[in-house]
Amino acid sequence: MDSRKPHGRRRRRVFDWSTAAIAAISAVAAATVYLRDGSAHFLAILAGDLSLFGEMLPKVLAGCLIGAFVTLILPREIVARWVGHESGLFGLAIAALFGFILPGGPITIYPVAGAFLTMGADAGAVVAFITCWTLCGYTRALVWELPFFGPHFVIWRIVEALPLPLLAGFLARLAVKAGLARGA
Amino acid sequence: MIVAVNILLWLVVGGLALLAARRGRMLLQSGARDGAIDFLRLLPRIAIGVIGSGFVAEALPRAVIIPWLGPGSGFLGVAIATLGGAVTPGGPVIGFSIGAAMLKSGAGAPQVVAYSTAWALYAVHRLVMWEAPLMPPRVVWLRAAVSLPLPFIAAGMAMMLARP
Repeated sequence: MDSRKPHGRRRRRVFDWSTAAIAAISAVAAATVYLRDGSAHFLAILAGDLSLFGEMLPKVLAGCLIGAFVTLILPREIVARWVGHESGLFGLAIAALFGFILPGGPITIYPVAGAFLTMGADAGAVVAFITCWTLCGYTRALVWELPFFGPHFVIWRIVEALPLPLLAGFLARLAVKAGLARGA
Repeated sequence: MIVAVNILLWLVVGGLALLAARRGRMLLQSGARDGAIDFLRLLPRIAIGVIGSGFVAEALPRAVIIPWLGPGSGFLGVAIATLGGAVTPGGPVIGFSIGAAMLKSGAGAPQVVAYSTAWALYAVHRLVMWEAPLMPPRVVWLRAAVSLPLPFIAAGMAMMLARP
């Protein structure tokens, strides 16, 4: 538990400026839409956004709980052995496989990735995990991408993305090894 | 479909909670408490992020962006698409809906692959709003840095395979 505290402090500092920046950009965009397209269009977008917000809440709560429980349940030594910096290409593949399997929308995965780091996974494995989840994760493709693009485009896009998680994880380990970035 | 994903997610939560409960009540309680605290901490950020991204996507000048991304735009089109993906807000629907609109308006498949790969990997909005608060910043920036070439690789493969 103690090892999580530094993250918590860093978390708060990032929160302040980033939220303020996004709020400012959002306000400018909202004003642009209101002045350009009128209040009816403005309200329609706002209603759409609010219903999307409502739909996301149960998924986000589930994601946070999954992250919290995974942190507590998975034994650290096992994670460190599977996906730690000594784990080689196999560790990257395991991490990528986790990314493929774990369900969730775009923001449910980061608590889990943070948990992996807390448990001793190295930066390369976490990079492979997030890259695979974001490019090849099946729930994301099924829920969001398929309705918009249709199966032909989605399947080929995923085929073209398959080597990327291992490549990204490998590059991350190279960067850490070369001293360009600090490892986990 | 969305209901099915919710059911799937909560089945995973239930399974993990069961595993925690078998190891003791304390573990179950602290897991639930940690998860709930994370959720509450995220709430205002999600509210601003979701509501803001809808307006930002609407304010983006799509009619100006789309002519630059046709199948004949080649590497420059891929570069523009990658940049566009990076600056598109990171909410779940936005990038996919813009990508689909691009494809329908005559943008090339490799360009749309580059756009959606860049958006998935390093939409700046999502990096700042959702990833940076939940992960150590050094890992977030390392991941973004090593991901920079990936949309170009995906687009290059799309060009070589001549699909989708």
